Amino acid sequence: MRASLKRSLAGAAFALATLASAVPQAVASPDQQFFPLATYRVGAYASSGVQVWAGMIDYLRYINEVEGGINGVKLVWQECETEWTAEKGIECYERIKNGLDGAPVAVYQPNGAPAAYALSERAEVDKIPLITLGYGRTEATDGTVFPYNFPVMLTFYSEASSLVNYIAQREGGFDKLKGKKIATVYHDSAYGRETLGPLKLLAEKYGFENIQIPVADPGNEQSAQWRQVRQANPDWVFLRTWGVSTPVAVKTAARFGFPVDHIIGDIWASSSEDVLPAGAAAKGYLALTPYPAGADFEIHKRLKQYVLDKGHSDLKDLKNFGSVYYNSGLVNAAVAVEAIRTAQAKFGKRPLNGEEGRWGLEHLNIDDARLKAMGYLGLMQNLKLSCRDHEGGGSARVQQWDGANWTLVSDWIAADRALLRPLIDEKSAAFAKEKGLTPRTCTGDE
Amino acid sequence: MSIPVAQETAPLLLIQRRVPWGLLGLLALAFIVVPLWGNDYWLSAILIPFLVLSLAGLGLNLLTGYTGQTSVGAAGFMAVGAFATYGFLLRLPELGLPVALLGGGLISALVGLLFGLPSSRIKGFYLMVTTLAAQFFLEWLFVKFPWFYNYGSSGTISAPKLALFGYDLNTPLGRYWLTLLTVLLLTWSAVNLVRSQVGRNWMAIRDMDTAAAVVGIPVVRYKRLAFAVSSFYLGIAGALWAFAYLGTASASSFDINRSFQILFIIIIGGMGSIAGNFVGAAFISLLPIFLSHAGQALFGGSVDAGQLQNLQKIIFGVLIIVFLIKEPEGLIRLLHNLRDRLRQWPLRF
Amino acid sequence: MTFFFETLLGGLLAGTMYSLVAIGFVLIYKASGVFNFAQGSMLLFAALTFVSLHDQGVPFALALLLTVVVMIVGALLIERLVLRPLVNRSQITLFMATLGLSFIIEGLAQGLMGSQVRALDLGIDDVPLFVGPLMLSQFDLIAAAAAVVLVTVLALLFNKTRIGVSLRAVADDTTAALSIGINLNRIWQIVWAVAGIVGLVAGLLWGARQGVQFSLSLVVLKALPVLIIGGFTSIGGAIVGGLIVGAAENLAEVYIGPLLGGGITPWFAYVLALAFLYIRPAGLFGERAIERV
Repeated sequence: MRASLKRSLAGAAFALATLASAVPQAVASPDQQFFPLATYRVGAYASSGVQVWAGMIDYLRYINEVEGGINGVKLVWQECETEWTAEKGIECYERIKNGLDGAPVAVYQPNGAPAAYALSERAEVDKIPLITLGYGRTEATDGTVFPYNFPVMLTFYSEASSLVNYIAQREGGFDKLKGKKIATVYHDSAYGRETLGPLKLLAEKYGFENIQIPVADPGNEQSAQWRQVRQANPDWVFLRTWGVSTPVAVKTAARFGFPVDHIIGDIWASSSEDVLPAGAAAKGYLALTPYPAGADFEIHKRLKQYVLDKGHSDLKDLKNFGSVYYNSGLVNAAVAVEAIRTAQAKFGKRPLNGEEGRWGLEHLNIDDARLKAMGYLGLMQNLKLSCRDHEGGGSARVQQWDGANWTLVSDWIAADRALLRPLIDEKSAAFAKEKGLTPRTCTGDE
Repeated sequence: MSIPVAQETAPLLLIQRRVPWGLLGLLALAFIVVPLWGNDYWLSAILIPFLVLSLAGLGLNLLTGYTGQTSVGAAGFMAVGAFATYGFLLRLPELGLPVALLGGGLISALVGLLFGLPSSRIKGFYLMVTTLAAQFFLEWLFVKFPWFYNYGSSGTISAPKLALFGYDLNTPLGRYWLTLLTVLLLTWSAVNLVRSQVGRNWMAIRDMDTAAAVVGIPVVRYKRLAFAVSSFYLGIAGALWAFAYLGTASASSFDINRSFQILFIIIIGGMGSIAGNFVGAAFISLLPIFLSHAGQALFGGSVDAGQLQNLQKIIFGVLIIVFLIKEPEGLIRLLHNLRDRLRQWPLRF
Repeated sequence: MTFFFETLLGGLLAGTMYSLVAIGFVLIYKASGVFNFAQGSMLLFAALTFVSLHDQGVPFALALLLTVVVMIVGALLIERLVLRPLVNRSQITLFMATLGLSFIIEGLAQGLMGSQVRALDLGIDDVPLFVGPLMLSQFDLIAAAAAVVLVTVLALLFNKTRIGVSLRAVADDTTAALSIGINLNRIWQIVWAVAGIVGLVAGLLWGARQGVQFSLSLVVLKALPVLIIGGFTSIGGAIVGGLIVGAAENLAEVYIGPLLGGGITPWFAYVLALAFLYIRPAGLFGERAIERV
């Protein structure tokens, strides 16, 4: 009898949970703009993810409460856990793509490369633009083949070019690059391999020796690689790693005597999570970033006043206010908000759908004046997208780790996008041929 | 090493005396109800992955459940099928989709045969290591050589054009039909395969391969056949996973976690059973979604989202252990027991 | 030539780190026939517990002691809730149970102690040490020393104490051990606790090298080839296997890697293990299973 009682209680609980999940609860209305947040709060990348969402949510809250929404249209957001996998990313997207209780979706951020790839074609069919800031398909820069994919701000190709330009700056000019050696220690995945092509082209142009050394996933043992680096004796090392391979690389480099202040990390190797485990070995480490660390930009002062001090921040650990990942959340949210604002100027001050959001993204033009008004001057670069150019930026700043904090050591370094564009066009043309697509023509008004 | 199986012996009764109402009901659901009332979310995010995972589980079950060769490299063979099908569709588009799928499966079968060669000397847990070697090697292969993904910058492949006899299959409903028909066809052939001499030999090898050899079954040849057939199924499942479900996939869509996921499916569903794969796939793919919806509805907003996710992970692990304790032969045995009890229930009065 | 020797020595030392992880597996497999996939999560949990306590200001030795207590409690719980109900089940069922267990431990670890990446400072500087013309890593040398100490302690435990002899009896023949009155449950609790402590040592060393973060539990995948080459049931085998895998991996990456495009470490160790299996199907020091009809 006891067993059956237990079973019936379990059954009742099960039924309750099923019913609860079936009963809809209205949390939004058709006069609001829906911001889906595809997040990851568990798994290997949770520690960085948590800060990104905090940055996004804090900025959205600021827009709602202090600026009264985007031109009066309030924002509503809902989180959906993706665990940084493609399947859950797809499930979240399909769940929210039609909006929330009538509030439409204008732009979508997949927040994770696997999900971004899986959604890249669905987005074209559903007409919802994907913003993949600092990841995603580099070919999508060519908006004629990828109308709904936006690798805004900085692709890995541009990053490689910014790196070379920074090194040229440090060496005293592009002519000084001839004969120098730049070794790239890269994570042996599609991510790490993206810069193989551009670096080869740049090495041909400027005459430096391009050494590429792969690190197999997850990269927690790198003595073989850094022994090779020591043998090659390069002038600079470009660290194209992420996750645990970054601190291990920095530590191993110190062990093999390579000066850490000549190691420049990529944008996904540029946060405090990447250098803290390396301890003292990381002092002097440089990193490229399109969203530098720091809590004294104008927007941070505003957020402190209106959100943090009121206890409304999504951050559980306030020490992370102004960290690289928190700031990346701020920048991501700002791009989305400005895109909607730009679109509202054409379509009216009301909630917008995906096609209108895309128009907004393609006509996004953020100059210094606008950055100043937003409070993002120095934190975000100027962006000017167009139908043919879905990246619109292509600059990065370099910051240096002193053991406790990041300090900026350069201004915005622009990439030589004209040089790399043919590489991108070649790949987007190959994709169009593969799919049998005709690239659209840009008239400037779609 | 003995594996708990839901079907201990080969079925002696080959003539079905009862009308399979359950099966007919599910087929009606699949062919009539879903196409009429299915919306994008149900088709794209729930049903298609469920069907493809069932097929993958079926493939692994043929090798591990029926032949007793433990394999943790299922995802590697799925990757072979996906990339091979992509190669056919890209470079020989005039062959058409069904031939490309078949070609992908055949190439995957060849690769499976290759990695199954060690099974003549190595058994049990140690064989698991060769399958892991296959998994890691294949994953490395499909990242390292850009020829496989047509030199794209992100290492991803996407179906050039999913079309069958002129019909464009690139809609959720189209992909659903493609997946459903492929899975049904392959399941039907698997059912016939395990009921034939081949299936009986496999089960003999699983139960006691020394005795099977003594009785005269060519053990080495059937083990290799098991690897080949299993990889054929896994290859087609991989192609469907990449093109009918994800749309765009890369080698990392077929990593070690995917292999573990499929192994989970067959163990929880029931090894040595065909229906068990579907039950297991439903458990593995639908439970997290259900937990996430329930969590959202019951606690949305009040409990930290991160903690909620950790809780779900713990619940998932606990459920796996509970199922293993309560019913080692898998959910399918539980369902069979339930069905038998329901059949007897009116007779108790 | 120096480069070759350096790579070889560096590889051998790196291999001892793998051995440390493998020893935990061997212990559990020897005594209960279970391949404990959750060893990686136990490593992570142990390292996280220690780091959390240490960061809160608890002194080094006390934090270590408390973590050991936590691992012992964990072992007791695992034995009671997972192993006892699954006694006599097949190897693969137990393996799956440990897979489920690893989910639970990971969820608990992240839920209780957060997902923040922590630095672990054991006070060992990772600076180069020069022995003649060869450059060695001080950290690796200390790790190797720790492995030697651990193996010596375990060898003493197994050979000189009553509990150790009981453990060997259980590993040899469980039914016979039961029939002479050895308390199987107690043995399993002890073995899992010791494996937990070994995991703590390994976790601390790995954590010091790469920081305590989620991917710590992935070292499990590196330990498997070590176990295959050395044999599942031999601690000495774990050491030898680790040395072989470490050396081979490093040498292969440097000399064979460039021919294949580099990055061959994920699968090279496994292919090596495969080759070993052809020659010695039970590993170098493992016990050959006798087939009976």
